[in-house]
Amino acid sequence: MLRLPKFNLVSPKSIDEVVQALADSKGRGRILAGGTDLLPNLKHEFIEADIVVSLGEVDELRGIEVSADGGLSIGPLTSLADIASNEHVLRIAPALAQAAGTVAGPQHRIMGTIGGNVMLDTRCQWINQSHFWRSSLGFCLKKDGTACHVVEGGSRCVAAASNDTAAALASLGASLDFQNAPTEHGDGKRTLEFEALFKADGAWNKKVTPTELLTRIHIPATPRGHRGGYVKLRLRGSIDFPLLGVASRLDLDEAGKIEHADLVVIALQARPTRVRKAAKLLIGTTPGQANYDTAVAQVMDAAYKQCTPLPNIPGDHEWRQEMVPVYVKRALAAALG
Amino acid sequence: MSSLIALELMINGDRMRVSAEAHWTLLELLRYEIGLTGSKQGCDKGDCGACTVLVDGKPQLSCLILAGTAPGKQIQTIEGLQPAHRKAGGTGLDPVQDAFDRCGALQCGFCQSGMMLSARALLNENPTPDRAEIREALSGNLCRCTGYTQIVEAVELAVAESVGAEPKTPSWAKDKPWTESLSSKKGGGDQ
Repeated sequence: MLRLPKFNLVSPKSIDEVVQALADSKGRGRILAGGTDLLPNLKHEFIEADIVVSLGEVDELRGIEVSADGGLSIGPLTSLADIASNEHVLRIAPALAQAAGTVAGPQHRIMGTIGGNVMLDTRCQWINQSHFWRSSLGFCLKKDGTACHVVEGGSRCVAAASNDTAAALASLGASLDFQNAPTEHGDGKRTLEFEALFKADGAWNKKVTPTELLTRIHIPATPRGHRGGYVKLRLRGSIDFPLLGVASRLDLDEAGKIEHADLVVIALQARPTRVRKAAKLLIGTTPGQANYDTAVAQVMDAAYKQCTPLPNIPGDHEWRQEMVPVYVKRALAAALG
Repeated sequence: MSSLIALELMINGDRMRVSAEAHWTLLELLRYEIGLTGSKQGCDKGDCGACTVLVDGKPQLSCLILAGTAPGKQIQTIEGLQPAHRKAGGTGLDPVQDAFDRCGALQCGFCQSGMMLSARALLNENPTPDRAEIREALSGNLCRCTGYTQIVEAVELAVAESVGAEPKTPSWAKDKPWTESLSSKKGGGDQ
Protein backbone atom coordinates (compact mmCIF):
# COMPACT_ATOMS: atom_id res chain seq x y z
CA MET A 1 0.00 0.00 0.00
CA LEU A 2 1.38 3.38 -1.02
CA ARG A 3 -0.27 6.34 0.69
CA LEU A 4 -0.24 9.82 -0.71
CA PRO A 5 1.29 12.47 1.53
CA LYS A 6 -1.10 15.13 2.77
CA PHE A 7 -1.90 18.13 0.57
CA ASN A 8 -4.80 20.41 -0.23
CA LEU A 9 -6.77 20.00 -3.43
CA VAL A 10 -8.26 22.79 -5.50
CA SER A 11 -10.29 22.40 -8.70
CA PRO A 12 -10.40 25.73 -10.58
CA LYS A 13 -12.65 26.17 -13.60
CA SER A 14 -10.56 28.45 -15.83
CA ILE A 15 -6.95 28.93 -16.92
CA ASP A 16 -6.82 32.25 -15.06
CA GLU A 17 -7.92 30.59 -11.82
CA VAL A 18 -5.38 27.78 -12.29
CA VAL A 19 -2.41 30.11 -12.76
CA GLN A 20 -3.54 32.22 -9.80
CA ALA A 21 -3.79 29.11 -7.59
CA LEU A 22 -0.31 28.05 -8.73
CA ALA A 23 1.10 31.52 -8.09
CA ASP A 24 -0.46 31.51 -4.62
CA SER A 25 1.23 28.17 -3.89
CA LYS A 26 4.65 29.90 -3.96
CA GLY A 27 6.20 27.04 -5.87
CA ARG A 28 4.65 24.38 -3.62
CA GLY A 29 1.79 23.60 -6.00
CA ARG A 30 1.59 20.79 -8.53
CA ILE A 31 -0.62 20.48 -11.58
CA LEU A 32 -2.88 17.42 -11.74
CA ALA A 33 -4.10 16.42 -15.21
CA GLY A 34 -4.52 12.66 -15.73
CA GLY A 35 -2.66 11.82 -12.52
CA THR A 36 -0.89 8.78 -13.94
CA ASP A 37 2.57 10.36 -13.46
CA LEU A 38 1.96 12.87 -10.65
CA LEU A 39 0.28 10.54 -8.17
CA PRO A 40 2.85 7.68 -8.30
CA ASN A 41 5.62 10.28 -7.95
CA LEU A 42 3.89 11.87 -4.97
CA LYS A 43 3.40 8.42 -3.46
CA HIS A 44 7.10 7.69 -3.97
CA GLU A 45 7.81 11.03 -2.28
CA PHE A 46 10.35 12.32 -4.76
CA ILE A 47 8.13 15.23 -5.54
CA GLU A 48 6.28 17.23 -2.94
CA ALA A 49 3.22 19.43 -2.97
CA ASP A 50 1.28 21.56 -0.51
CA ILE A 51 -1.48 22.16 -3.04
CA VAL A 52 -2.56 19.97 -5.93
CA VAL A 53 -4.33 21.98 -8.63
CA SER A 54 -6.69 19.73 -10.58
CA LEU A 55 -7.32 20.72 -14.20
CA GLY A 56 -10.29 18.36 -14.55
CA GLU A 57 -12.87 21.14 -14.70
CA VAL A 58 -10.97 23.46 -17.05
CA ASP A 59 -12.80 22.68 -20.27
CA GLU A 60 -10.89 25.30 -22.29
CA LEU A 61 -7.82 23.05 -22.04
CA ARG A 62 -9.48 20.24 -24.00
CA GLY A 63 -9.94 19.55 -27.68
CA ILE A 64 -8.22 18.98 -31.00
CA GLU A 65 -8.69 21.58 -33.74
CA VAL A 66 -7.30 22.01 -37.23
CA SER A 67 -5.70 25.46 -37.22
CA ALA A 68 -5.98 28.07 -39.98
CA ASP A 69 -2.65 27.01 -41.56
CA GLY A 70 -3.75 23.38 -41.75
CA GLY A 71 -1.78 22.29 -38.69
CA LEU A 72 -3.13 21.18 -35.33
CA SER A 73 -3.98 23.07 -32.18
CA ILE A 74 -4.32 20.62 -29.30
CA GLY A 75 -5.58 21.32 -25.81
CA PRO A 76 -3.15 19.69 -23.36
CA LEU A 77 -5.95 18.09 -21.36
CA THR A 78 -6.96 15.94 -24.35
CA SER A 79 -6.55 12.27 -23.44
CA LEU A 80 -3.88 10.16 -25.10
CA ALA A 81 -6.61 7.74 -26.23
CA ASP A 82 -8.32 10.59 -28.07
CA ILE A 83 -5.03 11.72 -29.65
CA ALA A 84 -4.29 8.17 -30.83
CA SER A 85 -7.66 7.78 -32.58
CA ASN A 86 -8.41 11.31 -33.80
CA GLU A 87 -8.80 11.49 -37.59
CA HIS A 88 -7.06 14.88 -37.89
CA VAL A 89 -4.05 13.71 -35.84
CA LEU A 90 -3.85 10.49 -37.85
CA ARG A 91 -3.83 12.51 -41.09
CA ILE A 92 -1.69 15.53 -40.17
CA ALA A 93 0.63 14.06 -37.52
CA PRO A 94 0.63 10.25 -37.80
CA ALA A 95 3.76 9.87 -35.65
CA LEU A 96 1.99 11.61 -32.77
CA ALA A 97 -1.05 9.32 -33.06
CA GLN A 98 1.22 6.27 -33.09
CA ALA A 99 3.25 7.53 -30.12
CA ALA A 100 0.14 8.36 -28.07
CA GLY A 101 -1.22 4.90 -28.88
CA THR A 102 1.85 3.19 -27.41
CA VAL A 103 1.89 5.05 -24.09
CA ALA A 104 1.44 2.65 -21.16
CA GLY A 105 -1.81 0.63 -21.10
CA PRO A 106 -5.43 1.31 -22.10
CA GLN A 107 -6.47 2.76 -18.73
CA HIS A 108 -3.47 5.11 -18.68
CA ARG A 109 -4.29 6.38 -22.16
CA ILE A 110 -7.90 7.06 -21.15
CA MET A 111 -6.79 8.92 -18.00
CA GLY A 112 -3.47 10.36 -19.16
CA THR A 113 -3.28 13.53 -21.20
CA ILE A 114 -1.05 14.76 -24.00
CA GLY A 115 0.01 17.71 -21.84
CA GLY A 116 0.87 15.34 -19.02
CA ASN A 117 2.99 13.23 -21.36
CA VAL A 118 4.84 16.33 -22.61
CA MET A 119 5.48 17.42 -19.02
CA LEU A 120 6.24 13.87 -17.78
CA ASP A 121 8.93 13.73 -15.15
CA THR A 122 12.15 11.95 -16.05
CA ARG A 123 12.57 8.34 -15.04
CA CYS A 124 15.41 6.29 -13.59
CA GLN A 125 15.51 2.87 -11.98
CA TRP A 126 17.05 4.49 -8.90
CA ILE A 127 14.32 7.10 -8.40
CA ASN A 128 11.01 5.48 -9.40
CA GLN A 129 11.00 3.54 -6.14
CA SER A 130 9.42 4.04 -2.75
CA HIS A 131 10.92 6.47 -0.24
CA PHE A 132 11.83 3.49 1.97
CA TRP A 133 13.68 1.77 -0.88
CA ARG A 134 15.57 4.93 -1.76
CA SER A 135 16.40 5.73 1.86
CA SER A 136 17.95 2.27 2.23
CA LEU A 137 20.19 2.75 -0.78
CA GLY A 138 21.05 6.39 -0.16
CA PHE A 139 19.35 9.28 -1.90
CA CYS A 140 20.54 10.54 -5.28
CA LEU A 141 20.89 13.76 -7.28
CA LYS A 142 17.29 13.69 -8.42
CA LYS A 143 16.00 14.21 -4.90
CA ASP A 144 17.59 14.74 -1.49
CA GLY A 145 21.03 13.32 -2.34
CA THR A 146 24.37 14.23 -3.87
CA ALA A 147 25.36 10.92 -5.47
CA CYS A 148 24.41 9.46 -8.83
CA HIS A 149 23.83 5.70 -8.90
CA VAL A 150 24.04 5.63 -12.71
CA VAL A 151 27.24 7.55 -13.41
CA GLU A 152 29.81 7.10 -10.68
CA GLY A 153 30.96 10.51 -9.51
CA GLY A 154 28.38 12.18 -11.73
CA SER A 155 27.30 15.68 -10.75
CA ARG A 156 24.27 16.00 -13.00
CA CYS A 157 21.17 13.82 -12.91
CA VAL A 158 20.84 11.59 -15.98
CA ALA A 159 17.29 10.34 -15.46
CA ALA A 160 15.75 9.73 -18.86
CA ALA A 161 13.03 11.64 -20.67
CA SER A 162 10.55 8.81 -21.18
CA ASN A 163 7.65 10.56 -22.89
CA ASP A 164 6.75 8.74 -26.10
CA THR A 165 4.94 11.73 -27.56
CA ALA A 166 7.96 14.02 -27.06
CA ALA A 167 9.89 12.24 -29.81
CA ALA A 168 6.97 12.63 -32.20
CA LEU A 169 6.29 16.27 -31.29
CA ALA A 170 9.98 17.14 -31.76
CA SER A 171 9.96 15.56 -35.23
CA LEU A 172 6.84 17.57 -36.07
CA GLY A 173 8.38 20.90 -35.02
CA ALA A 174 5.67 21.55 -32.44
CA SER A 175 5.51 24.62 -30.23
CA LEU A 176 4.02 25.03 -26.77
CA ASP A 177 2.10 27.86 -25.11
CA PHE A 178 2.70 28.34 -21.38
CA GLN A 179 1.02 30.65 -18.95
CA ASN A 180 2.02 32.07 -15.59
CA ALA A 181 0.04 34.44 -13.45
CA PRO A 182 0.28 37.99 -14.88
CA THR A 183 2.60 40.40 -13.08
CA GLU A 184 3.42 44.08 -13.53
CA HIS A 185 6.11 42.95 -16.00
CA GLY A 186 3.81 41.14 -18.40
CA ASP A 187 0.84 38.92 -19.05
CA GLY A 188 2.73 35.75 -18.04
CA LYS A 189 2.32 34.08 -21.42
CA ARG A 190 5.14 32.62 -23.50
CA THR A 191 5.60 30.24 -26.39
CA LEU A 192 8.48 27.77 -26.64
CA GLU A 193 9.67 25.72 -29.57
CA PHE A 194 9.23 22.10 -28.53
CA GLU A 195 12.91 21.26 -28.26
CA ALA A 196 13.63 24.48 -26.37
CA LEU A 197 11.50 23.08 -23.54
CA PHE A 198 14.14 20.56 -22.55
CA LYS A 199 17.49 20.82 -20.83
CA ALA A 200 20.05 18.12 -20.06
CA ASP A 201 19.34 17.86 -16.34
CA GLY A 202 17.29 14.88 -15.25
CA ALA A 203 16.47 16.42 -11.85
CA TRP A 204 14.08 18.72 -13.74
CA ASN A 205 14.58 18.53 -17.48
CA LYS A 206 12.45 21.49 -18.50
CA LYS A 207 13.09 25.19 -18.88
CA VAL A 208 9.70 26.02 -17.38
CA THR A 209 8.93 25.54 -13.71
CA PRO A 210 6.56 22.80 -12.53
CA THR A 211 4.02 25.53 -11.73
CA GLU A 212 3.90 26.95 -15.26
CA LEU A 213 0.75 25.84 -17.04
CA LEU A 214 0.93 24.34 -20.54
CA THR A 215 -2.12 25.80 -22.29
CA ARG A 216 -1.81 24.73 -25.94
CA ILE A 217 0.23 22.51 -28.24
CA HIS A 218 0.66 23.71 -31.82
CA ILE A 219 1.77 21.49 -34.68
CA PRO A 220 2.53 23.21 -37.99
CA ALA A 221 0.90 21.94 -41.16
CA THR A 222 2.61 18.97 -42.75
CA PRO A 223 2.96 18.65 -46.55
CA ARG A 224 0.83 16.27 -48.59
CA GLY A 225 3.68 13.76 -48.84
CA HIS A 226 4.31 13.74 -45.06
CA ARG A 227 4.91 10.35 -43.47
CA GLY A 228 5.54 9.80 -39.79
CA GLY A 229 6.05 6.83 -37.50
CA TYR A 230 6.87 5.94 -33.93
CA VAL A 231 8.14 2.65 -32.55
CA LYS A 232 9.00 1.72 -29.02
CA LEU A 233 11.24 -0.87 -27.39
CA ARG A 234 9.79 -2.36 -24.21
CA LEU A 235 9.76 -5.71 -22.47
CA ARG A 236 5.97 -6.11 -22.45
CA GLY A 237 3.58 -5.03 -25.16
CA SER A 238 1.68 -2.85 -22.71
CA ILE A 239 2.00 -0.65 -19.61
CA ASP A 240 5.79 -0.22 -19.84
CA PHE A 241 7.60 3.04 -20.34
CA PRO A 242 9.93 3.05 -23.36
CA LEU A 243 13.36 1.49 -23.04
CA LEU A 244 13.94 3.26 -26.32
CA GLY A 245 11.58 5.15 -28.62
CA VAL A 246 12.18 6.38 -32.15
CA ALA A 247 10.02 8.85 -34.07
CA SER A 248 10.61 9.23 -37.79
CA ARG A 249 9.56 11.85 -40.27
CA LEU A 250 9.79 11.58 -44.04
CA ASP A 251 8.33 14.26 -46.32
CA LEU A 252 8.07 12.98 -49.89
CA ASP A 253 7.70 15.09 -53.02
CA GLU A 254 5.21 14.20 -55.75
CA ALA A 255 7.64 11.79 -57.37
CA GLY A 256 8.10 9.96 -54.06
CA LYS A 257 11.58 11.36 -53.37
CA ILE A 258 12.44 12.34 -49.78
CA GLU A 259 12.64 16.13 -49.39
CA HIS A 260 12.90 16.29 -45.61
CA ALA A 261 13.80 13.64 -43.06
CA ASP A 262 14.09 13.60 -39.31
CA LEU A 263 14.63 11.07 -36.52
CA VAL A 264 14.20 11.71 -32.80
CA VAL A 265 15.13 9.17 -30.13
CA ILE A 266 13.68 9.17 -26.62
CA ALA A 267 14.54 7.40 -23.33
CA LEU A 268 18.29 7.84 -23.63
CA GLN A 269 19.01 10.86 -21.46
CA ALA A 270 17.22 13.82 -19.94
CA ARG A 271 16.12 15.30 -23.24
CA PRO A 272 15.04 13.90 -26.59
CA THR A 273 17.95 13.15 -28.93
CA ARG A 274 17.64 14.41 -32.48
CA VAL A 275 19.53 12.25 -34.98
CA ARG A 276 19.46 15.01 -37.56
CA LYS A 277 22.77 14.47 -39.33
CA ALA A 278 22.03 10.81 -39.85
CA ALA A 279 18.50 11.52 -41.03
CA LYS A 280 19.83 13.93 -43.67
CA LEU A 281 21.42 10.97 -45.46
CA LEU A 282 17.91 9.99 -46.53
CA ILE A 283 17.21 13.25 -48.37
CA GLY A 284 17.13 12.82 -52.13
CA THR A 285 16.55 9.07 -52.00
CA THR A 286 13.32 7.35 -53.00
CA PRO A 287 11.75 4.64 -50.82
CA GLY A 288 11.48 1.42 -52.77
CA GLN A 289 14.67 2.13 -54.72
CA ALA A 290 18.18 0.90 -54.02
CA ASN A 291 19.51 4.36 -53.06
CA TYR A 292 17.01 4.46 -50.17
CA ASP A 293 18.03 1.05 -48.86
CA THR A 294 21.70 2.07 -48.96
CA ALA A 295 20.90 5.30 -47.11
CA VAL A 296 18.86 3.46 -44.46
CA ALA A 297 21.85 1.22 -43.71
CA GLN A 298 24.04 4.32 -43.31
CA VAL A 299 21.45 6.01 -41.09
CA MET A 300 21.24 2.94 -38.86
CA ASP A 301 25.00 2.96 -38.45
CA ALA A 302 25.16 6.70 -37.73
CA ALA A 303 22.30 6.51 -35.21
CA TYR A 304 24.05 3.65 -33.42
CA LYS A 305 27.15 5.81 -33.04
CA GLN A 306 25.27 8.91 -31.88
CA CYS A 307 22.93 7.23 -29.37
CA THR A 308 24.57 5.95 -26.21
CA PRO A 309 22.03 4.74 -23.63
CA LEU A 310 23.02 4.88 -19.97
CA PRO A 311 22.15 2.33 -17.26
CA ASN A 312 19.49 4.78 -16.03
CA ILE A 313 16.28 2.94 -16.89
CA PRO A 314 15.65 -0.82 -16.82
CA GLY A 315 17.03 -2.94 -19.65
CA ASP A 316 20.69 -3.56 -20.27
CA HIS A 317 22.07 -0.34 -21.76
CA GLU A 318 24.36 -2.11 -24.21
CA TRP A 319 21.41 -4.10 -25.50
CA ARG A 320 19.43 -0.85 -25.79
CA GLN A 321 22.21 0.58 -27.93
CA GLU A 322 22.19 -2.51 -30.14
CA MET A 323 18.48 -1.93 -30.58
CA VAL A 324 18.94 1.67 -31.78
CA PRO A 325 19.58 0.78 -35.45
CA VAL A 326 16.86 -1.89 -35.35
CA TYR A 327 14.28 0.61 -34.11
CA VAL A 328 15.48 3.32 -36.49
CA LYS A 329 14.79 0.92 -39.34
CA ARG A 330 11.41 -0.01 -37.89
CA ALA A 331 10.48 3.64 -37.33
CA LEU A 332 11.20 4.41 -40.98
CA ALA A 333 9.16 1.39 -42.03
CA ALA A 334 6.31 2.52 -39.72
CA ALA A 335 6.34 5.94 -41.40
CA LEU A 336 6.05 4.43 -44.86
CA GLY A 337 3.29 2.10 -43.62
CA MET B 1 -3.05 20.73 6.67
CA SER B 2 -5.78 18.92 4.85
CA SER B 3 -9.20 18.41 6.30
CA LEU B 4 -12.26 16.46 5.35
CA ILE B 5 -14.09 17.59 2.24
CA ALA B 6 -17.72 16.71 1.56
CA LEU B 7 -18.29 14.84 -1.70
CA GLU B 8 -21.40 13.78 -3.53
CA LEU B 9 -20.58 10.77 -5.68
CA MET B 10 -22.52 8.55 -8.07
CA ILE B 11 -21.39 5.01 -7.36
CA ASN B 12 -23.09 2.08 -9.08
CA GLY B 13 -26.06 4.32 -9.81
CA ASP B 14 -26.48 5.38 -6.19
CA ARG B 15 -25.97 8.93 -5.02
CA MET B 16 -23.68 8.88 -1.99
CA ARG B 17 -22.66 11.67 0.34
CA VAL B 18 -19.27 10.92 1.83
CA SER B 19 -16.37 12.85 3.22
CA ALA B 20 -12.76 12.32 2.32
CA GLU B 21 -9.39 13.89 2.84
CA ALA B 22 -7.85 15.66 -0.14
CA HIS B 23 -5.04 13.14 -0.42
CA TRP B 24 -7.27 10.06 -0.46
CA THR B 25 -7.55 8.13 -3.67
CA LEU B 26 -10.88 6.97 -5.03
CA LEU B 27 -9.72 3.39 -4.34
CA GLU B 28 -9.10 4.16 -0.66
CA LEU B 29 -12.49 5.87 -0.40
CA LEU B 30 -14.27 2.92 -2.04
CA ARG B 31 -12.56 0.27 0.03
CA TYR B 32 -12.10 1.84 3.44
CA GLU B 33 -14.94 4.35 3.75
CA ILE B 34 -17.73 2.92 1.61
CA GLY B 35 -16.81 -0.73 2.09
CA LEU B 36 -16.78 -1.70 -1.58
CA THR B 37 -13.75 -3.98 -1.38
CA GLY B 38 -14.22 -5.62 -4.79
CA SER B 39 -11.77 -3.12 -6.30
CA LYS B 40 -8.38 -4.47 -5.32
CA GLN B 41 -5.37 -2.60 -4.03
CA GLY B 42 -2.49 -4.18 -5.90
CA CYS B 43 0.57 -2.14 -6.81
CA ASP B 44 -1.10 1.16 -5.86
CA LYS B 45 0.90 2.98 -8.54
CA GLY B 46 -0.94 2.24 -11.75
CA ASP B 47 0.97 -0.80 -12.99
CA CYS B 48 -1.36 -3.72 -12.35
CA GLY B 49 -4.97 -2.74 -13.15
CA ALA B 50 -6.46 -4.57 -10.13
CA CYS B 51 -8.14 -1.34 -8.99
CA THR B 52 -9.84 -0.72 -12.35
CA VAL B 53 -13.29 0.87 -12.12
CA LEU B 54 -15.46 2.32 -14.86
CA VAL B 55 -15.59 6.12 -14.83
CA ASP B 56 -18.29 7.37 -17.20
CA GLY B 57 -18.13 3.92 -18.80
CA LYS B 58 -14.37 3.89 -19.39
CA PRO B 59 -11.88 1.74 -17.45
CA GLN B 60 -9.70 3.85 -15.20
CA LEU B 61 -7.31 3.17 -12.32
CA SER B 62 -8.92 4.16 -9.03
CA CYS B 63 -5.55 4.13 -7.24
CA LEU B 64 -4.54 7.12 -9.38
CA ILE B 65 -7.75 9.15 -9.08
CA LEU B 66 -8.11 11.59 -6.19
CA ALA B 67 -11.43 11.03 -4.46
CA GLY B 68 -11.93 14.80 -4.51
CA THR B 69 -11.99 14.83 -8.32
CA ALA B 70 -14.65 12.09 -8.61
CA PRO B 71 -17.88 14.11 -8.09
CA GLY B 72 -19.92 14.54 -11.25
CA LYS B 73 -18.74 11.25 -12.72
CA GLN B 74 -20.58 7.94 -12.96
CA ILE B 75 -18.44 5.38 -11.15
CA GLN B 76 -19.07 1.69 -11.55
CA THR B 77 -17.28 -0.91 -9.48
CA ILE B 78 -17.45 -4.69 -9.75
CA GLU B 79 -20.24 -4.64 -7.16
CA GLY B 80 -22.38 -2.69 -9.65
CA LEU B 81 -21.91 -5.04 -12.60
CA GLN B 82 -24.72 -7.50 -11.89
CA PRO B 83 -27.19 -4.83 -10.66
CA ALA B 84 -26.58 -2.85 -13.86
CA HIS B 85 -27.17 -5.99 -15.94
CA ARG B 86 -30.46 -6.69 -14.13
CA LYS B 87 -31.54 -3.07 -14.32
CA ALA B 88 -31.11 -3.34 -18.08
CA GLY B 89 -33.55 -6.27 -18.07
CA GLY B 90 -31.07 -9.13 -17.81
CA THR B 91 -31.24 -12.13 -15.54
CA GLY B 92 -28.55 -13.94 -13.60
CA LEU B 93 -25.03 -12.59 -13.73
CA ASP B 94 -23.61 -10.14 -16.22
CA PRO B 95 -22.62 -12.30 -19.23
CA VAL B 96 -18.96 -11.42 -18.63
CA GLN B 97 -19.14 -12.65 -15.03
CA ASP B 98 -21.01 -15.75 -16.13
CA ALA B 99 -18.42 -16.54 -18.81
CA PHE B 100 -15.51 -15.99 -16.40
CA ASP B 101 -17.19 -18.40 -14.00
CA ARG B 102 -17.80 -21.11 -16.57
CA CYS B 103 -14.38 -20.81 -18.20
CA GLY B 104 -12.51 -20.87 -14.89
CA ALA B 105 -10.94 -17.56 -15.88
CA LEU B 106 -9.33 -17.02 -12.53
CA GLN B 107 -7.14 -18.65 -9.97
CA CYS B 108 -6.47 -16.38 -7.03
CA GLY B 109 -9.10 -13.90 -8.24
CA PHE B 110 -7.16 -10.76 -7.36
CA CYS B 111 -7.12 -9.38 -10.91
CA GLN B 112 -10.61 -10.58 -11.72
CA SER B 113 -12.75 -7.56 -10.89
CA GLY B 114 -10.49 -5.30 -12.94
CA MET B 115 -10.41 -7.82 -15.79
CA MET B 116 -14.19 -8.12 -15.90
CA LEU B 117 -14.70 -4.35 -15.84
CA SER B 118 -12.19 -3.86 -18.66
CA ALA B 119 -13.99 -6.60 -20.59
CA ARG B 120 -17.41 -5.05 -19.90
CA ALA B 121 -16.20 -1.63 -21.10
CA LEU B 122 -14.88 -3.26 -24.28
CA LEU B 123 -18.15 -5.10 -25.00
CA ASN B 124 -20.21 -1.96 -24.37
CA GLU B 125 -18.18 -0.16 -27.02
CA ASN B 126 -17.60 -3.06 -29.40
CA PRO B 127 -20.01 -6.01 -28.90
CA THR B 128 -18.09 -8.30 -31.29
CA PRO B 129 -14.36 -7.83 -30.71
CA ASP B 130 -11.90 -10.31 -32.18
CA ARG B 131 -9.16 -11.94 -30.15
CA ALA B 132 -6.62 -9.20 -30.87
CA GLU B 133 -9.06 -6.52 -29.74
CA ILE B 134 -9.84 -8.45 -26.56
CA ARG B 135 -6.16 -8.86 -25.75
CA GLU B 136 -5.54 -5.16 -26.40
CA ALA B 137 -8.47 -4.12 -24.18
CA LEU B 138 -7.27 -6.33 -21.33
CA SER B 139 -3.60 -5.38 -21.73
CA GLY B 140 -3.72 -2.95 -18.80
CA ASN B 141 -4.74 -5.69 -16.37
CA LEU B 142 -2.07 -8.05 -15.09
CA CYS B 143 -2.83 -11.63 -14.06
CA ARG B 144 -0.06 -13.56 -12.36
CA CYS B 145 -1.88 -16.93 -12.30
CA THR B 146 -3.79 -17.91 -15.41
CA GLY B 147 -1.50 -16.99 -18.27
CA TYR B 148 -4.51 -15.10 -19.66
CA THR B 149 -5.74 -17.92 -21.91
CA GLN B 150 -8.97 -18.69 -20.03
CA ILE B 151 -9.60 -14.98 -19.51
CA VAL B 152 -9.49 -14.25 -23.24
CA GLU B 153 -11.59 -17.36 -23.90
CA ALA B 154 -14.17 -16.21 -21.36
CA VAL B 155 -14.61 -12.91 -23.16
CA GLU B 156 -14.83 -14.80 -26.47
CA LEU B 157 -17.53 -17.02 -24.96
CA ALA B 158 -19.51 -13.98 -23.80
CA VAL B 159 -19.19 -12.49 -27.30
CA ALA B 160 -20.19 -15.73 -29.05
CA GLU B 161 -23.25 -16.23 -26.86
CA SER B 162 -24.36 -12.63 -27.24
CA VAL B 163 -24.61 -13.08 -31.03
CA GLY B 164 -25.86 -16.69 -30.86
CA ALA B 165 -22.68 -18.12 -32.42
CA GLU B 166 -21.09 -21.44 -31.54
CA PRO B 167 -18.34 -20.80 -28.96
CA LYS B 168 -14.84 -21.83 -30.02
CA THR B 169 -13.49 -24.91 -28.32
CA PRO B 170 -11.02 -23.59 -25.78
CA SER B 171 -7.40 -24.66 -25.70
CA TRP B 172 -7.85 -26.78 -22.59
CA ALA B 173 -10.87 -28.79 -23.75
CA LYS B 174 -9.78 -30.38 -27.02
CA ASP B 175 -11.43 -33.75 -26.35
CA LYS B 176 -14.10 -32.81 -23.87
CA PRO B 177 -17.72 -32.02 -24.63
CA TRP B 178 -17.13 -28.61 -23.16
CA THR B 179 -20.11 -26.79 -24.66
CA GLU B 180 -22.43 -29.27 -22.91
CA SER B 181 -20.84 -28.66 -19.56
CA LEU B 182 -21.00 -24.95 -20.24
CA SER B 183 -24.71 -24.94 -21.00
CA SER B 184 -25.46 -27.03 -17.93
CA LYS B 185 -23.65 -24.51 -15.78
CA LYS B 186 -25.07 -21.45 -17.45
CA GLY B 187 -26.97 -19.21 -15.11
CA GLY B 188 -24.85 -20.21 -12.17
CA GLY B 189 -24.06 -17.69 -9.52
CA ASP B 190 -27.74 -16.80 -9.15
CA GLN B 191 -27.95 -18.29 -5.71
